[in-house]
Amino acid sequence: MRNLQAYLKELKERAEKALTVPAAFGPDFDPALYLKEETDAAAIDGDFSRRMKEAMLLSGFDPEERDRAGSFMQQNDAVLYEEVARAYKGQVEIMAIEKALEKYDWLWDYWWRAVPVDQDKYTAYAALYQKGGYFIRILPGAQIDQPIQSCLLQSENESSQRVHNIIIAEEGSRAEIISGCTTVPQVETGMHLGISEFYVKKGAFLSFTMIHNWAEEFHVRPRSAAIIEDDATFINNYLLLKPVRSLQSNPRAILQGKGARTRFNSIVYGQEDTVLDLGTVLELHGENTRGEAISRAAADGRSRIIMRGKLVASSNTAQALLECKGILLSPNTEMAAIPELEVQGAPRAELSHEASVGPISREAVEYLMSRGLTEEEATSLLLQGFMKVGITGLPEILEKAVDEMTETISLGTM
Amino acid sequence: MLEVEGLTVKAGDRIILEDISFTIAPGEVHILLGPNGSGKSTLLRAIMGMGDQEIVAGKIIYNGEDITRLTVDERARLGLGIAVQHSPALPEVRLRDLAGLLAERYGTSWRSPAQALNCDYLLDRGLNENFSGGESKRAELLQLMIQNPRLLLVDEPESGVDLENIAVVGEALNKLLKGERIKQRAKSGLIITHTGYILNYVNADRGYVMLNGRLVCEGNPRDLFEVINERGFEGCLECATCKRI
Repeated sequence: MRNLQAYLKELKERAEKALTVPAAFGPDFDPALYLKEETDAAAIDGDFSRRMKEAMLLSGFDPEERDRAGSFMQQNDAVLYEEVARAYKGQVEIMAIEKALEKYDWLWDYWWRAVPVDQDKYTAYAALYQKGGYFIRILPGAQIDQPIQSCLLQSENESSQRVHNIIIAEEGSRAEIISGCTTVPQVETGMHLGISEFYVKKGAFLSFTMIHNWAEEFHVRPRSAAIIEDDATFINNYLLLKPVRSLQSNPRAILQGKGARTRFNSIVYGQEDTVLDLGTVLELHGENTRGEAISRAAADGRSRIIMRGKLVASSNTAQALLECKGILLSPNTEMAAIPELEVQGAPRAELSHEASVGPISREAVEYLMSRGLTEEEATSLLLQGFMKVGITGLPEILEKAVDEMTETISLGTM
Repeated sequence: MLEVEGLTVKAGDRIILEDISFTIAPGEVHILLGPNGSGKSTLLRAIMGMGDQEIVAGKIIYNGEDITRLTVDERARLGLGIAVQHSPALPEVRLRDLAGLLAERYGTSWRSPAQALNCDYLLDRGLNENFSGGESKRAELLQLMIQNPRLLLVDEPESGVDLENIAVVGEALNKLLKGERIKQRAKSGLIITHTGYILNYVNADRGYVMLNGRLVCEGNPRDLFEVINERGFEGCLECATCKRI
């Protein structure tokens, strides 16, 4: 890349200026509280501990790497593992981002190009204190028929991860990535700043499933954006079923190519004192672009959930749907659905939204009970269906996680 | 099988059912007639334990057990089953999933009744979501066939159903009721009907007329229908063919 030094200097300056800029949404906190000396993987003694394994499994990462095309694993600031399965060598690249930036000059052309470095203090801290993250590249035309997996694990209390991921699906490629972010059980508090930039090239198909599994006093600020080219498809699934102190995210998909498609599915379960502010922004600029952003949220305990969604169309042939549906499981929760539609000089674009927030229908529960199901079974069946209805093509791992979650939901306060 | 004794039911401050008493013996099917708003559906729901109404007096005895204070699911597990007039839409629950769950619960099968009731094409849709009247009734009968209740409470099985589907619904209902009638443990039913079409499919033993929350007469269901057709429900009060309650 020409003028790399100038570009890096510019990034640094922009980040420094943004160090005190709060995010547009969500609770504010000081990321500096969670900056520590570099933390490594000292806790691991040769092999993964049982608890770490459990945490990894919960976030969709299979330490045995069964039926996986490749794996990336980072604990705290240390990259522990980066491997492509033998059958997929030459079709996929997986490596620590620092290594990739060293290897490929051209990668700087993707660095902070989709997500603005000065978006807010969280992007700024991620830029100035970045450690690790992954680079995953699916080579042109490669059809990867088994998922690639990654795990970002935090095993130290009161610490943070500030990672930057770049994922490139080259022209005509096809792949599925399962990315888990998790803590081990003894970790209670901390921060996770994750920058993810996706580039889905012409005719490529990329499915990205993110599973979050945090601790009760964790603050999480993912910042991600996808640039989708002609006839490319980007599927983004997001699952959060564990308590977290606060999580704010508003991923953005830019459908700039003709016929580009995207679908965002989010399934979140707010419990205890969790505060979630989750949105999706779909920008449909190319001709015949299609987008869907579907969210399902269940609020329990004293959780507060805001579901946002914004569709922006600047092409007359763009079509997109936004659907935010929430269910209240406790009288002490707060929930809001905030859909937003915006057309920019494209009067024939078709944007629509559907939003609802409410309790589980008493009539529906009673109807199922009249077939002999207990109140708990009836509620669980309805909740399970609610969390998945309208969401198609969920990976099996997510289906299973949602089913398990709905089966164990406490009905004490209903 | 079922004894209702002096049942009085209130919704808010209003008495909806007053001093209702009747008995359905094992193997018997009774018909409940009455104008809209007379309390027929409330009675069925009260027997099943559904709804927000409050039972202020009386008892519901099923097979010798007082079930007045049992929950809906407890009653269902004892052998009561209901087909409501307007089933709620449950887009979250696929008919296939519910049928499978019930079949597992009750140790019955669902594939063959689903086929018999022409429900196959409904299996992967959300229950009652954009179903026609006939589809809704067939889906409900499928659930009941799997559940296989001993006492069947049916609220207007013909409601919203076209003529072609009435035959399907009527025959299924008859099969449900008659299924084991010749065996030791006979099934019983209480059916609300407006049109009387269902009497072409189900052998009803007794009929009741309900007016303003009270059972006002009982008799042969066909005779009652004839009188109601001729003179309306009020005329039923004056007829000599039935027994005044």
